[in-house]
Amino acid sequence: MSLPFILFFVFALISVGGAILLIMAREPIHSALALILVMMSLAGLYLMLGAEFIAAVQIIVYAGAIMVLFVFVIMLLNAGTEERTDWSKIAKYAGLPLGILLLLELAHWMAHSLIGRTPANGAGSANVMVSTRELSMQLFQKYLFPFEATSILILIAILGALVLAKRDE
Amino acid sequence: MAFVFKRNIITIFMAIELMLNAVNLAFVAFARAWNQLDGLVFVFFVIVVAAAEAAVGLAIVITIYQNRHSLNIERVNLLKL
Repeated sequence: MSLPFILFFVFALISVGGAILLIMAREPIHSALALILVMMSLAGLYLMLGAEFIAAVQIIVYAGAIMVLFVFVIMLLNAGTEERTDWSKIAKYAGLPLGILLLLELAHWMAHSLIGRTPANGAGSANVMVSTRELSMQLFQKYLFPFEATSILILIAILGALVLAKRDE
Repeated sequence: MAFVFKRNIITIFMAIELMLNAVNLAFVAFARAWNQLDGLVFVFFVIVVAAAEAAVGLAIVITIYQNRHSLNIERVNLLKL
């Protein structure tokens, strides 16, 4: 039981618990706080997986920008408690079996393909940290066109948000 | 799951973000397992698209609230027969 091993389970339990809290919470603001918890622990998991840049982006963009937007809208619309509904029939009869099936299938494939074949199997070997330099090399050479397309996408999103949120005079 | 049995439109939207996060975690884990950098680049794009989607989606939520005065998804039923 090394420290990264224990840390992994702590982060994983926090993220799964936060996700369950998000679903079970009655008030949207509690759901938002649970989502922030999930994103923070996911950033910790990314850090342990050696993706330091992705962890930083996760905290800055998700926990910073997107969640501020969510909390802002919740406060703006004054969203109170919601009425509880019974589980819809689709969720009960199709969703649960399909989810369990997906989980079993993923576990099966991982058990058969991953373990023992990859060199970086043990948790927390910090020297395999992906450097941000390599990542940006990849991003700006191989994936240059998608990167530029993303900027167009963000521009369109800004314009769309402005047009939608504009009050008709 | 929250996507199918919640009725508040903001909570449903947060559930979408949660699903995107799950996909990101899978991307990072598999990128690490196979020592490929492409997965990390893809996670970057997913985060950017999620940010754009959140901006537009919350604008749509505000518009729905202005028109319906409710956040309940059951009241948004104009397309229902």
